[in-house]
Amino acid sequence: MSVAARAVTLLVAFVAVAVGAAFVVIHYIVGTGASTLTTVDYTSAAHNGQVNVVLQEDPQNTVTSKPDWVSYFVMKPGANPADASSWVHTTLFKVPANTRVNVTIYGFDGCTPLRNNYWSQVQGTQGGTVNVQQFLKGRALTAARNVSVINSWAVCSVAHTFAIPSLGVFVPVLSPTIQVFDKYACGTSPCVPSEGAYSIEKFSFMSPKTPGQIRWQCFIPCGGGFIDGNGGPMQTLGYMTGFMQVAA
Amino acid sequence: MAAPDSAPAPAAPERSEPRHWLRLVAIWFVLALVGDLLIWFALYPHLPPGRMTDMAAGQQFDIAVLSITAWPVMSFVLLYFVYALVVWRRRPGDDEDGPPIHGNTRGGVAIQVGWILGTAAIVLWVFAFGTYELIVPAGAGGGEGPNPIWRLSGAITTSWTPGSNDMLQVQVIGQQWWWTYRYPQFGGMESTQLYLPNDTPIEFHVTSLDVIHSFWAYQLGVKADANPNVDNVAYTRPRQLGSFVVRCNELCGIWHGAMFNYGKVVTQAQFLSWANGVRAKEQADGLLAALPPYALTYDPTVIPQLGKTLTVLAGITGANGYYYSGAQAGTPGPPVSP
Repeated sequence: MSVAARAVTLLVAFVAVAVGAAFVVIHYIVGTGASTLTTVDYTSAAHNGQVNVVLQEDPQNTVTSKPDWVSYFVMKPGANPADASSWVHTTLFKVPANTRVNVTIYGFDGCTPLRNNYWSQVQGTQGGTVNVQQFLKGRALTAARNVSVINSWAVCSVAHTFAIPSLGVFVPVLSPTIQVFDKYACGTSPCVPSEGAYSIEKFSFMSPKTPGQIRWQCFIPCGGGFIDGNGGPMQTLGYMTGFMQVAA
Repeated sequence: MAAPDSAPAPAAPERSEPRHWLRLVAIWFVLALVGDLLIWFALYPHLPPGRMTDMAAGQQFDIAVLSITAWPVMSFVLLYFVYALVVWRRRPGDDEDGPPIHGNTRGGVAIQVGWILGTAAIVLWVFAFGTYELIVPAGAGGGEGPNPIWRLSGAITTSWTPGSNDMLQVQVIGQQWWWTYRYPQFGGMESTQLYLPNDTPIEFHVTSLDVIHSFWAYQLGVKADANPNVDNVAYTRPRQLGSFVVRCNELCGIWHGAMFNYGKVVTQAQFLSWANGVRAKEQADGLLAALPPYALTYDPTVIPQLGKTLTVLAGITGANGYYYSGAQAGTPGPPVSP
């Protein structure tokens, strides 16, 4: 084979390998949704040193290619939770630094016992408690009350957790009552309060004084179809884990 | 063309070959001595992982001793390399082969015997030193499995008393992606904070609730695998107050890199106050009763308080309220009343 032919062959082989590698990388990034996730920016909605962040967790999501994966959604700042278009399928949100973050979580998913019941305890919130209440189609089934422990082993009462480990924030998220969840579970995401059974949980914590990117996660292995529930949505941004960006 | 008819040039007086080995040994001796002194006096105090515990100080000592052992060998190899490049390099116009090397000469045999004896002595020394250093400090901070061969001296008690030689037992529980710690001598209370009393023998029981993690308390000189259904015991004894880092040292998923926190070595009185405080709060909150009875390992598919085995749906333990296996499979739990 001539030198020119060998050079061309080598060049073609190199380009083929490079393109293949690029395809794998891009496919992985796009496939996991990392490059398509939106960050919901709450910084402009902050007022008097406080900001309101609203999330929901659903038993499924019907807006992605993984409809059977449980998922969090984030509401646009100041939007109406009753409107499905208010919710963004993402787990990235941005808050200002050194601000009281008032979190509201709409819990549409059913209960699953905690793997470690220690996470039943509310930690890192203002007052060390969360305010919880259960609903069915907008109608309150229980009175709102502050609790410091939601014991998922005594009764099946925790759907997921919201935890920012580096800030010491660990919050079990109350599930709807089992009886009503079985009959009225939300089936289309993002869920809206008029559709089914849900809980509302409220708590506050302080964002750090310095800017940065802080991960948050669920501590209930809720990846259906994976060994011990540890894969899939548990390990993928946009589902049961994400980042809280802290802006200066 | 004929060679010029001239008298042969007088042979140059043969230069006496310098005594290379003597030179080499002399230079090497100085290099080795200076290097080892530098390692011992300048480097040793700053070597990782520090001296926060007996185990850490032991590891620091081991690294220093092994460095002192290695440097003379390394310096000789480097010296010989440089010496050969400088002294035995090919000069311009020198196209001769080098002299043959005969292994069966007197000098050759001496080199072979010296090489075998020297390397054997080094290997035996490292073996003896390493074994001693592993046994004497009770496993040198490594996980020894559920039945440790080398135990740290300390009384195994159901409670812990400051000023005694009671072993403080601390259970380390790995879960994707954070560590929690249980203190069986304080009612089995659990915390995300790792506090240890100074000057106290510590017995870690390391386990996991899901995948394989590794408990690495770097400044404590402790590293032990955290495997599900395995109790891995490791020992340490703090000697300095201050903070230390705990990391996961086994790739365990997306947040493996974020699975770290900070522990503290405090005075015995401070530890007692902290531990009793956490216990009292968890008792008041009802958390202590909600935790499973203290055990060396945990099966996440069993809720001890209910005496039930959980059903598993699509890989999720007790999913969607469907708690129990067997005859009760598919039965949801009772209504919520947090």
